[in-house]
Amino acid sequence: MTDIHYLLAGLIFASFAVSSVRDTDNPKRWGNAAFWALVAVSFWLGDILGDTANGVLVLALVGLAGVHALGRSAGESTSTEERQTFSERYGNRLFLPALIIPFTAFIGTLLFTYTPLKSSGLIDPKSVTLVLLGVGVVIALILSYVWLRPPPLAAVDEGGRLANAIGWALVLPQMLAALGAVFAAAGIGTTIGALAGEVIPHGSVFLAVLLYGLGMVVFTMIMGNAFAAFPVMVAAIGVPILIHEDGGRAAVIGAVGMLTGYCGTLMTPMAANFNIVPAALLELRNQYGVVKVQVATAIPLLICNILILYFAGFHL
Amino acid sequence: MIDYWPLVGIALVVLGFALRFNPLLVVAVAAIATGLLAHMPFLKVLGVLGHGFNENRTVTLIYIVLPVIGLLERYGLQQQARALIGRMRGATVGRVLVLYLGFRQIFAALGLTSVAGQAQTVRPLVAPMALAAAEKEHGELDEDTAEHVKAMSAATDNVGLFFGEDIFIAISSILLIQGALKAYGIELTPFELSVWAIPSAICAFLIQASRLLWMDRRLRRRGR
Repeated sequence: MTDIHYLLAGLIFASFAVSSVRDTDNPKRWGNAAFWALVAVSFWLGDILGDTANGVLVLALVGLAGVHALGRSAGESTSTEERQTFSERYGNRLFLPALIIPFTAFIGTLLFTYTPLKSSGLIDPKSVTLVLLGVGVVIALILSYVWLRPPPLAAVDEGGRLANAIGWALVLPQMLAALGAVFAAAGIGTTIGALAGEVIPHGSVFLAVLLYGLGMVVFTMIMGNAFAAFPVMVAAIGVPILIHEDGGRAAVIGAVGMLTGYCGTLMTPMAANFNIVPAALLELRNQYGVVKVQVATAIPLLICNILILYFAGFHL
Repeated sequence: MIDYWPLVGIALVVLGFALRFNPLLVVAVAAIATGLLAHMPFLKVLGVLGHGFNENRTVTLIYIVLPVIGLLERYGLQQQARALIGRMRGATVGRVLVLYLGFRQIFAALGLTSVAGQAQTVRPLVAPMALAAAEKEHGELDEDTAEHVKAMSAATDNVGLFFGEDIFIAISSILLIQGALKAYGIELTPFELSVWAIPSAICAFLIQASRLLWMDRRLRRRGR
Protein backbone atom coordinates (compact mmCIF):
# COMPACT_ATOMS: atom_id res chain seq x y z
CA MET A 1 0.00 0.00 0.00
CA THR A 2 2.82 2.40 0.82
CA ASP A 3 4.29 2.22 -2.66
CA ILE A 4 1.10 2.86 -4.58
CA HIS A 5 2.67 5.93 -6.15
CA TYR A 6 5.39 3.72 -7.67
CA LEU A 7 2.71 1.46 -9.19
CA LEU A 8 1.01 4.50 -10.70
CA ALA A 9 4.32 5.87 -12.00
CA GLY A 10 5.15 2.51 -13.59
CA LEU A 11 1.75 2.50 -15.27
CA ILE A 12 2.24 6.01 -16.66
CA PHE A 13 5.73 5.27 -17.98
CA ALA A 14 4.40 2.05 -19.54
CA SER A 15 1.78 4.23 -21.24
CA PHE A 16 4.60 6.37 -22.69
CA ALA A 17 6.04 3.15 -24.17
CA VAL A 18 2.64 2.25 -25.67
CA SER A 19 2.29 5.72 -27.13
CA SER A 20 5.79 5.51 -28.62
CA VAL A 21 4.90 2.27 -30.42
CA ARG A 22 1.71 3.85 -31.76
CA ASP A 23 3.68 6.76 -33.19
CA THR A 24 4.24 5.08 -36.56
CA ASP A 25 5.68 8.22 -38.23
CA ASN A 26 8.68 8.10 -35.91
CA PRO A 27 11.54 5.94 -37.24
CA LYS A 28 12.97 5.62 -33.72
CA ARG A 29 9.71 4.56 -32.09
CA TRP A 30 11.04 1.20 -30.88
CA GLY A 31 14.01 2.84 -29.16
CA ASN A 32 11.67 5.26 -27.41
CA ALA A 33 9.34 2.42 -26.42
CA ALA A 34 12.16 0.28 -25.01
CA PHE A 35 13.49 3.22 -22.98
CA TRP A 36 10.16 4.01 -21.29
CA ALA A 37 9.41 0.32 -20.79
CA LEU A 38 12.68 -0.02 -18.85
CA VAL A 39 11.76 2.97 -16.68
CA ALA A 40 8.35 1.37 -16.03
CA VAL A 41 10.10 -1.87 -15.01
CA SER A 42 12.31 0.12 -12.64
CA PHE A 43 9.25 1.65 -10.93
CA TRP A 44 7.39 -1.63 -10.68
CA LEU A 45 10.13 -4.10 -9.86
CA GLY A 46 13.08 -2.00 -8.71
CA ASP A 47 12.86 -3.20 -5.12
CA ILE A 48 12.70 -6.88 -6.13
CA LEU A 49 15.41 -6.87 -8.80
CA GLY A 50 18.41 -6.42 -6.51
CA ASP A 51 21.33 -4.03 -6.92
CA THR A 52 23.19 -5.77 -9.74
CA ALA A 53 20.09 -6.20 -11.91
CA ASN A 54 19.23 -2.55 -11.31
CA GLY A 55 22.75 -1.70 -12.42
CA VAL A 56 22.24 -3.67 -15.62
CA LEU A 57 18.95 -1.83 -16.16
CA VAL A 58 20.83 1.46 -15.80
CA LEU A 59 23.42 0.33 -18.36
CA ALA A 60 20.61 -0.64 -20.76
CA LEU A 61 19.06 2.85 -20.46
CA VAL A 62 22.47 4.44 -20.99
CA GLY A 63 23.13 2.17 -23.98
CA LEU A 64 19.87 3.16 -25.68
CA ALA A 65 20.64 6.86 -25.16
CA GLY A 66 24.31 6.44 -26.04
CA VAL A 67 23.64 4.92 -29.48
CA HIS A 68 21.00 7.59 -30.18
CA ALA A 69 18.16 5.08 -30.31
CA LEU A 70 15.73 7.74 -29.09
CA GLY A 71 14.05 10.30 -31.31
CA ARG A 72 11.49 13.04 -31.09
CA SER A 73 8.01 12.48 -32.37
CA ALA A 74 7.28 14.34 -35.61
CA GLY A 75 3.81 15.80 -35.40
CA GLU A 76 1.37 17.28 -32.93
CA SER A 77 -2.07 15.85 -32.32
CA THR A 78 -4.00 19.05 -32.97
CA SER A 79 -2.94 22.07 -35.02
CA THR A 80 -2.39 25.52 -33.54
CA GLU A 81 -5.61 26.71 -35.18
CA GLU A 82 -7.61 23.86 -33.68
CA ARG A 83 -6.08 24.62 -30.29
CA GLN A 84 -7.06 28.27 -30.68
CA THR A 85 -10.66 27.21 -31.40
CA PHE A 86 -10.70 24.83 -28.45
CA SER A 87 -9.28 27.48 -26.15
CA GLU A 88 -12.02 29.91 -27.21
CA ARG A 89 -14.66 27.26 -26.63
CA TYR A 90 -13.49 26.10 -23.18
CA GLY A 91 -12.05 29.42 -21.93
CA ASN A 92 -10.54 29.83 -18.51
CA ARG A 93 -12.07 26.58 -17.32
CA LEU A 94 -9.11 24.89 -19.04
CA PHE A 95 -6.98 26.02 -16.10
CA LEU A 96 -9.13 24.06 -13.69
CA PRO A 97 -7.72 20.55 -14.27
CA ALA A 98 -4.20 22.01 -14.43
CA LEU A 99 -4.70 23.68 -11.06
CA ILE A 100 -6.08 20.52 -9.43
CA ILE A 101 -2.57 19.10 -9.07
CA PRO A 102 -1.15 22.06 -7.10
CA PHE A 103 -4.45 22.43 -5.25
CA THR A 104 -4.38 18.79 -4.12
CA ALA A 105 -0.78 19.28 -2.99
CA PHE A 106 -1.79 22.44 -1.12
CA ILE A 107 -4.84 21.04 0.69
CA GLY A 108 -3.19 17.69 1.25
CA THR A 109 -0.06 19.17 2.79
CA LEU A 110 -2.12 21.39 5.08
CA LEU A 111 -4.33 18.49 6.13
CA PHE A 112 -1.32 16.29 6.70
CA THR A 113 0.70 18.86 8.64
CA TYR A 114 -2.01 20.33 10.81
CA THR A 115 -4.41 17.45 11.52
CA PRO A 116 -4.02 14.12 13.34
CA LEU A 117 -3.56 12.47 9.90
CA LYS A 118 0.18 12.77 10.45
CA SER A 119 0.17 10.60 13.54
CA SER A 120 -2.37 8.13 12.12
CA GLY A 121 0.46 6.30 10.34
CA LEU A 122 -1.65 5.86 7.17
CA ILE A 123 0.86 7.70 4.99
CA ASP A 124 4.61 7.66 5.37
CA PRO A 125 5.64 11.31 6.00
CA LYS A 126 8.54 10.91 3.60
CA SER A 127 6.31 10.07 0.65
CA VAL A 128 3.35 12.33 1.41
CA THR A 129 4.08 14.83 -1.40
CA LEU A 130 4.45 11.96 -3.87
CA VAL A 131 1.19 10.35 -2.82
CA LEU A 132 -0.56 13.71 -3.11
CA LEU A 133 0.95 14.24 -6.56
CA GLY A 134 -0.42 10.87 -7.66
CA VAL A 135 -3.87 11.66 -6.24
CA GLY A 136 -3.85 15.05 -7.99
CA VAL A 137 -2.91 13.50 -11.33
CA VAL A 138 -5.66 10.87 -11.11
CA ILE A 139 -8.35 13.43 -10.18
CA ALA A 140 -7.22 15.80 -12.94
CA LEU A 141 -7.28 13.00 -15.53
CA ILE A 142 -10.77 11.85 -14.52
CA LEU A 143 -12.11 15.40 -14.60
CA SER A 144 -10.55 16.09 -18.01
CA TYR A 145 -12.02 12.92 -19.51
CA VAL A 146 -15.48 13.60 -18.16
CA TRP A 147 -15.46 17.18 -19.34
CA LEU A 148 -13.47 17.26 -22.58
CA ARG A 149 -14.40 13.75 -23.79
CA PRO A 150 -11.15 13.15 -25.68
CA PRO A 151 -10.48 9.93 -27.64
CA PRO A 152 -9.80 7.07 -25.15
CA LEU A 153 -6.03 6.97 -25.67
CA ALA A 154 -5.54 10.75 -25.88
CA ALA A 155 -3.88 11.05 -22.45
CA VAL A 156 -1.53 8.19 -23.32
CA ASP A 157 -0.52 9.77 -26.62
CA GLU A 158 -0.18 13.30 -25.27
CA GLY A 159 1.88 12.16 -22.28
CA GLY A 160 4.09 10.12 -24.60
CA ARG A 161 4.49 13.09 -26.94
CA LEU A 162 5.79 15.27 -24.09
CA ALA A 163 7.97 12.48 -22.67
CA ASN A 164 9.56 11.92 -26.08
CA ALA A 165 10.12 15.67 -26.44
CA ILE A 166 12.18 15.52 -23.23
CA GLY A 167 13.72 12.16 -24.11
CA TRP A 168 16.66 10.70 -22.17
CA ALA A 169 17.06 13.99 -20.21
CA LEU A 170 14.07 12.85 -18.18
CA VAL A 171 16.12 10.24 -16.28
CA LEU A 172 19.32 12.32 -16.13
CA PRO A 173 18.53 13.75 -12.66
CA GLN A 174 18.03 10.25 -11.26
CA MET A 175 21.19 9.09 -13.01
CA LEU A 176 23.16 11.94 -11.42
CA ALA A 177 21.82 10.95 -8.04
CA ALA A 178 23.16 7.45 -8.70
CA LEU A 179 26.53 8.97 -9.64
CA GLY A 180 26.41 10.77 -6.29
CA ALA A 181 26.02 7.39 -4.59
CA VAL A 182 29.13 6.08 -6.40
CA PHE A 183 31.05 9.26 -5.50
CA ALA A 184 30.09 8.75 -1.86
CA ALA A 185 31.14 5.08 -1.91
CA ALA A 186 34.47 6.06 -3.50
CA GLY A 187 35.11 8.60 -0.74
CA ILE A 188 35.13 11.67 -3.01
CA GLY A 189 33.64 13.80 -0.24
CA THR A 190 36.43 12.97 2.19
CA THR A 191 39.05 13.68 -0.45
CA ILE A 192 37.62 17.08 -1.32
CA GLY A 193 37.18 17.90 2.36
CA ALA A 194 40.85 17.04 2.96
CA LEU A 195 41.88 19.17 -0.03
CA ALA A 196 39.88 22.13 1.30
CA GLY A 197 41.31 21.52 4.78
CA GLU A 198 44.86 21.83 3.48
CA VAL A 199 44.40 25.30 2.00
CA ILE A 200 42.55 26.90 4.92
CA PRO A 201 44.05 30.19 5.94
CA HIS A 202 44.14 30.26 9.73
CA GLY A 203 43.77 33.64 11.36
CA SER A 204 41.80 35.45 8.67
CA VAL A 205 38.08 35.10 9.33
CA PHE A 206 37.10 36.68 6.03
CA LEU A 207 39.31 34.38 3.96
CA ALA A 208 38.00 31.35 5.83
CA VAL A 209 34.40 32.48 5.17
CA LEU A 210 35.24 33.04 1.51
CA LEU A 211 36.77 29.60 1.18
CA TYR A 212 33.79 27.98 2.94
CA GLY A 213 31.37 29.75 0.57
CA LEU A 214 33.33 29.07 -2.60
CA GLY A 215 33.93 25.48 -1.51
CA MET A 216 30.18 25.01 -1.10
CA VAL A 217 29.58 26.46 -4.57
CA VAL A 218 32.25 24.47 -6.38
CA PHE A 219 31.46 21.18 -4.67
CA THR A 220 27.73 21.72 -5.27
CA MET A 221 28.44 22.36 -8.95
CA ILE A 222 30.39 19.09 -9.14
CA MET A 223 27.78 17.02 -7.32
CA GLY A 224 24.79 18.91 -8.75
CA ASN A 225 23.37 19.03 -5.25
CA ALA A 226 24.07 21.20 -2.22
CA PHE A 227 22.94 18.40 0.09
CA ALA A 228 25.99 16.34 -0.86
CA ALA A 229 28.36 19.28 -0.49
CA PHE A 230 27.09 20.55 2.85
CA PRO A 231 28.24 17.81 5.26
CA VAL A 232 31.68 17.79 3.62
CA MET A 233 32.26 21.53 3.84
CA VAL A 234 30.85 21.68 7.37
CA ALA A 235 33.30 18.97 8.43
CA ALA A 236 36.26 20.56 6.64
CA ILE A 237 35.81 24.26 7.43
CA GLY A 238 32.41 25.12 8.93
CA VAL A 239 32.72 23.45 12.32
CA PRO A 240 36.49 23.29 13.04
CA ILE A 241 37.46 26.73 11.72
CA LEU A 242 34.42 29.02 11.51
CA ILE A 243 32.49 27.83 14.57
CA HIS A 244 35.16 26.50 16.95
CA GLU A 245 38.29 28.48 16.09
CA ASP A 246 36.74 31.80 15.04
CA GLY A 247 33.60 31.64 17.21
CA GLY A 248 31.05 32.19 14.43
CA ARG A 249 27.29 31.92 14.99
CA ALA A 250 26.39 28.29 14.21
CA ALA A 251 22.87 29.00 12.89
CA VAL A 252 24.23 31.42 10.28
CA ILE A 253 27.13 29.18 9.26
CA GLY A 254 24.64 26.33 8.76
CA ALA A 255 21.67 28.04 7.11
CA VAL A 256 23.51 30.55 4.92
CA GLY A 257 26.19 27.99 4.08
CA MET A 258 23.52 25.78 2.51
CA LEU A 259 22.01 28.73 0.61
CA THR A 260 25.47 29.63 -0.71
CA GLY A 261 25.55 26.11 -2.12
CA TYR A 262 22.23 26.80 -3.89
CA CYS A 263 24.01 29.54 -5.87
CA GLY A 264 26.14 26.71 -7.23
CA THR A 265 23.01 24.70 -8.07
CA LEU A 266 21.90 27.56 -10.32
CA MET A 267 25.17 27.38 -12.29
CA THR A 268 25.63 23.67 -13.02
CA PRO A 269 24.25 21.30 -15.67
CA MET A 270 24.69 18.57 -13.03
CA ALA A 271 21.50 19.84 -11.36
CA ALA A 272 19.67 18.44 -14.36
CA ASN A 273 16.12 18.47 -13.04
CA PHE A 274 16.31 22.24 -12.53
CA ASN A 275 18.61 23.22 -15.36
CA ILE A 276 18.59 20.68 -18.20
CA VAL A 277 15.11 19.14 -18.16
CA PRO A 278 13.40 22.58 -18.33
CA ALA A 279 15.46 23.40 -21.44
CA ALA A 280 13.99 20.28 -23.04
CA LEU A 281 10.50 20.95 -21.66
CA LEU A 282 10.50 24.47 -23.08
CA GLU A 283 12.09 23.31 -26.35
CA LEU A 284 15.09 25.62 -26.08
CA ARG A 285 17.70 25.34 -28.83
CA ASN A 286 20.58 25.52 -26.33
CA GLN A 287 20.43 22.72 -23.73
CA TYR A 288 22.42 24.97 -21.38
CA GLY A 289 20.09 27.94 -22.00
CA VAL A 290 18.63 27.94 -18.48
CA VAL A 291 22.01 27.66 -16.72
CA LYS A 292 23.31 30.51 -18.87
CA VAL A 293 20.67 33.02 -17.79
CA GLN A 294 20.95 31.94 -14.15
CA VAL A 295 24.64 32.83 -13.80
CA ALA A 296 23.90 36.55 -13.69
CA THR A 297 21.59 35.97 -10.70
CA ALA A 298 23.80 33.42 -8.98
CA ILE A 299 27.00 35.49 -8.83
CA PRO A 300 25.61 38.66 -7.18
CA LEU A 301 23.59 36.39 -4.88
CA LEU A 302 26.75 34.50 -3.97
CA ILE A 303 28.42 37.78 -3.02
CA CYS A 304 25.39 38.68 -0.86
CA ASN A 305 25.51 35.30 0.87
CA ILE A 306 29.21 35.54 1.65
CA LEU A 307 28.66 39.02 3.12
CA ILE A 308 25.73 37.71 5.18
CA LEU A 309 27.90 34.85 6.42
CA TYR A 310 30.64 37.28 7.40
CA PHE A 311 28.60 40.03 9.02
CA ALA A 312 25.70 38.04 10.53
CA GLY A 313 27.98 35.18 11.49
CA PHE A 314 30.72 37.17 13.18
CA HIS A 315 29.75 40.83 13.67
CA LEU A 316 26.12 40.95 14.83
CA MET B 1 48.27 9.72 2.15
CA ILE B 2 45.03 10.67 0.43
CA ASP B 3 44.24 8.85 -2.81
CA TYR B 4 43.41 11.51 -5.40
CA TRP B 5 42.79 9.10 -8.31
CA PRO B 6 38.99 8.82 -7.88
CA LEU B 7 38.81 12.58 -8.61
CA VAL B 8 39.49 11.66 -12.25
CA GLY B 9 35.78 10.76 -12.38
CA ILE B 10 34.90 14.42 -11.78
CA ALA B 11 37.24 15.50 -14.57
CA LEU B 12 35.54 12.99 -16.89
CA VAL B 13 32.14 14.51 -16.13
CA VAL B 14 33.35 18.05 -16.83
CA LEU B 15 35.11 16.98 -20.02
CA GLY B 16 32.20 14.86 -21.26
CA PHE B 17 29.67 17.65 -20.69
CA ALA B 18 31.97 20.19 -22.35
CA LEU B 19 32.45 17.98 -25.43
CA ARG B 20 28.66 17.44 -25.52
CA PHE B 21 28.66 13.67 -25.42
CA ASN B 22 25.34 12.19 -24.40
CA PRO B 23 25.10 13.16 -20.69
CA LEU B 24 23.69 9.78 -19.62
CA LEU B 25 26.70 8.10 -21.18
CA VAL B 26 29.10 10.60 -19.58
CA VAL B 27 27.61 10.03 -16.14
CA ALA B 28 27.71 6.23 -16.45
CA VAL B 29 31.32 6.22 -17.66
CA ALA B 30 32.35 8.63 -14.89
CA ALA B 31 30.59 6.50 -12.26
CA ILE B 32 32.28 3.29 -13.37
CA ALA B 33 35.70 4.97 -13.71
CA THR B 34 35.39 6.51 -10.24
CA GLY B 35 34.45 3.21 -8.67
CA LEU B 36 37.23 1.27 -10.38
CA LEU B 37 39.83 3.91 -9.46
CA ALA B 38 38.70 3.62 -5.85
CA HIS B 39 39.57 -0.11 -6.08
CA MET B 40 35.99 -1.34 -6.12
CA PRO B 41 35.39 -4.49 -8.24
CA PHE B 42 33.23 -3.89 -11.34
CA LEU B 43 30.20 -5.79 -10.01
CA LYS B 44 30.34 -3.78 -6.79
CA VAL B 45 30.35 -0.50 -8.78
CA LEU B 46 27.43 -1.74 -10.87
CA GLY B 47 25.56 -2.61 -7.68
CA VAL B 48 26.18 0.79 -6.07
CA LEU B 49 25.06 2.51 -9.29
CA GLY B 50 21.93 0.35 -9.54
CA HIS B 51 21.11 0.82 -5.86
CA GLY B 52 21.59 4.59 -6.13
CA PHE B 53 19.36 4.72 -9.20
CA ASN B 54 16.63 2.68 -7.53
CA GLU B 55 16.71 4.70 -4.30
CA ASN B 56 16.24 7.95 -6.23
CA ARG B 57 13.20 7.03 -8.34
CA THR B 58 11.25 9.79 -6.64
CA VAL B 59 13.26 12.34 -8.66
CA THR B 60 11.69 11.00 -11.87
CA LEU B 61 8.24 10.49 -10.38
CA ILE B 62 7.23 14.11 -10.96
CA TYR B 63 6.79 13.39 -14.69
CA ILE B 64 3.57 11.50 -14.04
CA VAL B 65 1.98 14.93 -14.58
CA LEU B 66 2.84 14.81 -18.30
CA PRO B 67 -0.38 13.07 -19.48
CA VAL B 68 -2.51 15.73 -17.76
CA ILE B 69 -0.46 18.63 -19.13
CA GLY B 70 -0.34 17.09 -22.62
CA LEU B 71 -4.07 16.45 -22.67
CA LEU B 72 -4.87 20.03 -21.67
CA GLU B 73 -2.41 21.39 -24.21
CA ARG B 74 -4.29 19.43 -26.88
CA TYR B 75 -7.36 21.46 -25.95
CA GLY B 76 -5.59 24.81 -26.03
CA LEU B 77 -4.19 25.36 -22.50
CA GLN B 78 -1.15 27.33 -23.72
CA GLN B 79 -3.32 29.42 -26.06
CA GLN B 80 -5.67 30.19 -23.18
CA ALA B 81 -2.76 31.19 -20.93
CA ARG B 82 -1.67 33.60 -23.66
CA ALA B 83 -5.19 34.97 -24.14
CA LEU B 84 -5.52 35.65 -20.42
CA ILE B 85 -2.36 37.77 -20.37
CA GLY B 86 -3.31 39.45 -23.65
CA ARG B 87 -6.44 40.86 -22.00
CA MET B 88 -4.59 42.18 -18.95
CA ARG B 89 -3.61 45.83 -19.04
CA GLY B 90 -0.13 46.78 -17.92
CA ALA B 91 1.13 43.19 -18.00
CA THR B 92 4.75 43.15 -19.14
CA VAL B 93 6.94 40.08 -19.29
CA GLY B 94 9.06 41.37 -16.39
CA ARG B 95 6.06 42.13 -14.18
CA VAL B 96 4.41 38.77 -14.90
CA LEU B 97 7.57 36.95 -13.88
CA VAL B 98 8.21 39.14 -10.80
CA LEU B 99 4.69 38.31 -9.64
CA TYR B 100 5.35 34.61 -10.19
CA LEU B 101 8.68 34.88 -8.35
CA GLY B 102 6.94 36.38 -5.33
CA PHE B 103 4.24 33.71 -5.26
CA ARG B 104 6.77 30.92 -5.72
CA GLN B 105 8.93 32.17 -2.83
CA ILE B 106 6.01 32.69 -0.47
CA PHE B 107 4.47 29.30 -1.21
CA ALA B 108 7.86 27.59 -0.84
CA ALA B 109 8.40 29.40 2.47
CA LEU B 110 5.09 27.92 3.66
CA GLY B 111 6.33 24.45 2.82
CA LEU B 112 4.27 24.24 -0.38
CA THR B 113 7.18 23.49 -2.70
CA SER B 114 5.35 21.07 -4.99
CA VAL B 115 2.43 23.34 -5.91
CA ALA B 116 4.53 24.64 -8.80
CA GLY B 117 7.45 23.47 -10.88
CA GLN B 118 8.98 23.24 -14.33
CA ALA B 119 6.59 20.54 -15.59
CA GLN B 120 3.48 21.53 -13.62
CA THR B 121 3.45 25.29 -14.07
CA VAL B 122 6.35 26.68 -16.13
CA ARG B 123 5.78 24.73 -19.35
CA PRO B 124 1.96 24.95 -19.53
CA LEU B 125 1.34 28.35 -17.89
CA VAL B 126 4.24 30.60 -16.93
CA ALA B 127 6.32 30.45 -20.11
CA PRO B 128 3.33 30.96 -22.46
CA MET B 129 2.15 33.88 -20.30
CA ALA B 130 5.62 35.45 -20.31
CA LEU B 131 5.86 35.06 -24.08
CA ALA B 132 2.37 36.52 -24.57
CA ALA B 133 3.19 39.52 -22.38
CA ALA B 134 6.38 40.15 -24.34
CA GLU B 135 4.60 39.81 -27.69
CA LYS B 136 1.78 42.08 -26.62
CA GLU B 137 4.17 44.90 -25.88
CA HIS B 138 6.91 44.34 -28.42
CA GLY B 139 5.22 42.51 -31.31
CA GLU B 140 6.51 39.29 -32.84
CA LEU B 141 9.68 38.17 -31.00
CA ASP B 142 12.82 37.07 -32.80
CA GLU B 143 14.06 33.59 -31.93
CA ASP B 144 16.81 34.73 -29.56
CA THR B 145 14.43 36.90 -27.56
CA ALA B 146 11.80 34.15 -27.33
CA GLU B 147 14.50 31.74 -26.14
CA HIS B 148 15.66 34.26 -23.53
CA VAL B 149 12.13 34.84 -22.23
CA LYS B 150 11.53 31.09 -21.90
CA ALA B 151 14.87 30.54 -20.15
CA MET B 152 14.13 33.39 -17.73
CA SER B 153 10.75 31.80 -16.92
CA ALA B 154 12.48 28.55 -15.95
CA ALA B 155 15.18 30.43 -14.02
CA THR B 156 12.57 32.43 -12.08
CA ASP B 157 10.94 29.23 -10.90
CA ASN B 158 14.29 27.85 -9.71
CA VAL B 159 15.32 31.03 -7.87
CA GLY B 160 11.92 31.30 -6.19
CA LEU B 161 12.02 27.68 -5.06
CA PHE B 162 15.64 27.55 -3.85
CA PHE B 163 15.51 30.81 -1.93
CA GLY B 164 12.07 30.33 -0.43
CA GLU B 165 11.99 26.74 0.78
CA ASP B 166 14.57 27.06 3.56
CA ILE B 167 12.36 29.53 5.41
CA PHE B 168 10.01 26.61 6.09
CA ILE B 169 11.08 24.81 9.26
CA ALA B 170 10.21 21.27 8.22
CA ILE B 171 11.93 21.20 4.83
CA SER B 172 14.51 18.46 4.29
CA SER B 173 17.46 20.83 3.87
CA ILE B 174 16.84 22.46 7.26
CA LEU B 175 16.65 19.03 8.84
CA LEU B 176 19.89 18.09 7.08
CA ILE B 177 21.68 21.20 8.42
CA GLN B 178 20.37 20.47 11.90
CA GLY B 179 21.52 16.84 11.70
CA ALA B 180 24.95 17.67 10.28
CA LEU B 181 25.69 20.17 13.05
CA LYS B 182 24.25 17.91 15.73
CA ALA B 183 26.94 15.36 14.84
CA TYR B 184 29.44 17.87 16.27
CA GLY B 185 27.41 18.50 19.41
CA ILE B 186 25.94 21.77 18.13
CA GLU B 187 22.23 21.78 18.99
CA LEU B 188 20.01 24.14 16.98
CA THR B 189 16.25 24.29 16.51
CA PRO B 190 14.86 24.34 12.95
CA PHE B 191 13.43 27.77 13.72
CA GLU B 192 16.87 29.27 14.51
CA LEU B 193 18.08 28.02 11.14
CA SER B 194 15.09 29.00 9.03
CA VAL B 195 15.16 32.59 10.33
CA TRP B 196 18.62 32.96 8.83
CA ALA B 197 17.29 31.94 5.43
CA ILE B 198 15.28 35.19 5.28
CA PRO B 199 18.09 37.68 4.44
CA SER B 200 19.23 35.54 1.50
CA ALA B 201 15.64 35.14 0.34
CA ILE B 202 15.22 38.92 0.25
CA CYS B 203 18.48 39.34 -1.68
CA ALA B 204 17.41 36.65 -4.16
CA PHE B 205 14.09 38.39 -4.75
CA LEU B 206 15.70 41.80 -5.24
CA ILE B 207 18.35 40.50 -7.64
CA GLN B 208 16.05 38.36 -9.78
CA ALA B 209 13.27 40.98 -9.80
CA SER B 210 15.66 43.73 -10.92
CA ARG B 211 16.93 41.52 -13.70
CA LEU B 212 13.37 40.84 -14.86
CA LEU B 213 12.39 44.51 -14.83
CA TRP B 214 15.68 45.33 -16.55
CA MET B 215 14.69 42.85 -19.27
CA ASP B 216 11.50 44.89 -19.83
CA ARG B 217 13.59 48.03 -20.30
CA ARG B 218 15.98 46.34 -22.69
CA LEU B 219 13.16 44.96 -24.83
CA ARG B 220 11.54 48.39 -24.95
CA ARG B 221 14.80 50.02 -26.07
CA ARG B 222 15.33 47.39 -28.73
CA GLY B 223 11.80 48.00 -30.02
CA ARG B 224 12.49 51.68 -30.71
